[in-house]
Amino acid sequence: MYRYDEFDAQFVRERVAQFRYQVERRLAGELTEDEFKPLRLMNGLYLQLHAYMLRIAIPYGTLSARQLRMQAHIARKYDKGYGHFTTRQNIQFNWIKLVDVPDILADLATVEMHALQTSGNCIRNVTADHFAGAAADEIEDPRPIAEIIRQWSSIHPEFTYLPRKFKIAVSGSAHDRAALKFHDMAVEIVKNDAGEAGYRIYAGGGMGRTPYVGHVVGDFVAKEDVLAFLEAVMRVYNQSGRRDNIYKARIKILVNAIGVDEMKKQIEREFAEIKAAGTLQLPQPEIDRITAYFAPPAFEDLSDDEPTSLDPTFKNWLKQNVSKHRQPGYAIATISLKPIGGVPGDAEHGQMDGLADLMDEYGIAEIRVSHEQNLVLPHVRKKDLPAIYKKLKALHLATPNAGLVTDIIACPGLDYCDLANARSIPIAQDIAQRFENLDRQHDIGELKIKISGCINACGHHHAGHIGILGVDKKGVEYYQLQLGGSGAEDASIGDIMGPGFTARDIGPAVERVIDTYLKLRQNNERFLDTYRRVGMEPFKNMAYLEQTYAAH
Amino acid sequence: MAATPALQVLTANRLRDGDVVYWRDGEWTDHFADADVFDGKTTADAALAAAQAFVKGRVVVNPYLFGVREEDGRIRAIEEREIVRSEGPSVRRDLGKQAMDSFDVQI
Repeated sequence: MYRYDEFDAQFVRERVAQFRYQVERRLAGELTEDEFKPLRLMNGLYLQLHAYMLRIAIPYGTLSARQLRMQAHIARKYDKGYGHFTTRQNIQFNWIKLVDVPDILADLATVEMHALQTSGNCIRNVTADHFAGAAADEIEDPRPIAEIIRQWSSIHPEFTYLPRKFKIAVSGSAHDRAALKFHDMAVEIVKNDAGEAGYRIYAGGGMGRTPYVGHVVGDFVAKEDVLAFLEAVMRVYNQSGRRDNIYKARIKILVNAIGVDEMKKQIEREFAEIKAAGTLQLPQPEIDRITAYFAPPAFEDLSDDEPTSLDPTFKNWLKQNVSKHRQPGYAIATISLKPIGGVPGDAEHGQMDGLADLMDEYGIAEIRVSHEQNLVLPHVRKKDLPAIYKKLKALHLATPNAGLVTDIIACPGLDYCDLANARSIPIAQDIAQRFENLDRQHDIGELKIKISGCINACGHHHAGHIGILGVDKKGVEYYQLQLGGSGAEDASIGDIMGPGFTARDIGPAVERVIDTYLKLRQNNERFLDTYRRVGMEPFKNMAYLEQTYAAH
Repeated sequence: MAATPALQVLTANRLRDGDVVYWRDGEWTDHFADADVFDGKTTADAALAAAQAFVKGRVVVNPYLFGVREEDGRIRAIEEREIVRSEGPSVRRDLGKQAMDSFDVQI
């Protein structure tokens, strides 16, 4: 894992001291709320429905056991005992007191963490493939470049007041687990014809009010040029992105307004200038130095046989939550934070402590947060899986549903969020309960349901095979269905079915849509493939069949 | 803009801890059930104006009025958002105002 150097450590300490003083001045009346609000947001502190919410950055979704224990500590000491892992690979605490925040940030700094750039119109926390460094299909671990981007973008003076927020994702595999094409900018590690690794750069993707799939703006950028290229994209955006209309301020609007060819032309012009200046060229020793922090553990020479257990439920978990590792004898284990009827992404302090203990016991140095709101143990000895499963079961963290219909992404919605129009979590709970039967889940196969409580799309509804968007009609919650979205390498934006459903009707409507799929599917195709083959009509006909009331 | 609701309650968040508070008789209470209910625009706006002193005094942030209605002899927020604020998360009935000992269940 990356470790802070003296500059990182000093910088974070200074920011804690600054914010402590800012809070003091706010409480003493020297700062008004209008003056203070941008300062607290720069430190990840929002005011939500019930209290302040603190969003803590988890760079590229990687945590050590010590850092995970700190989250448990914060949940216990300063919150109500739990935290919420988000689709941005961050963690949020929902019940924070303003007066406690300086102490929380000081505690976080002791484990090399902070809440910077988790809000505001800056380059946000960089996200990455949660299987990074472990996936069998990976060209290179994407986290070294993610860390380099993090260092480059942290309090970068030119990019602290962008037209709007800016999200960057990185991946090193052809199979996209990081939703690259739905980010403002994304970096995919690819190989050229000569077999050298470099970067394909995407820009202009995004969800929210106006969803777009990102475009390739750089086919193959050499490693030493990558920061110069990314800075060129940022410069074009910073100069031409709209600042007059918050709804048109993201880079996706710019790219689609001027067209991808013009965008590329402008990027190339800036890139040539920055490259010629030479100040942003990445020296190989520096790349090597950062890469060394992410060196894989010393793998043992182990049998690659599938592990067995006397516990008959183990095989379900093995089948669904364990993925192929690049090293024989090892596996990647997904820890579902989607218990049937639970809150997607929530983890209790005891669970976090228990996981940290498990990591120590089995020599697992790091854990990942996935954008699908699950946790991942990236390097597990296959022979340890039965024992780990047993411990996960005791922690109520062994739900065998990764990638299945009950593995639902849901934003906090109107249960917590000040921006929300409708609740998301109860809809996720209702749907999960309808499909609780594991045989039925296995029969349905891969199906990604994603739910957002407002148009801002934190629940990635545009990218759901089945997406659900909560809307407000005169103070009452309604839910629109979207079908056919994907956040993977076959990225697409879901199509809106039609009028919204009531909170009571949306679950049955989803069930009818899925039953329709089961009738229509051919050759074990996924829901998404069936939808792409047959289109909206048959699903729409069934979805509205027994509906009691539709919003128009 | 929607028409002003016939009945309104004044709310804010407490600066120090962010807790939801309601206006009652020139002060703030944690309990929605205790809140003053204004049946006229003049009295509601006067309370909102008076609340500004508490903003200046660093007690609360963001005071605003919202619509309520009488239902089975009880006052209830019209919009879901204010129902959730006055009770707590609907998915965690053990947390928020609904979990306070003195909470008067509004069903």
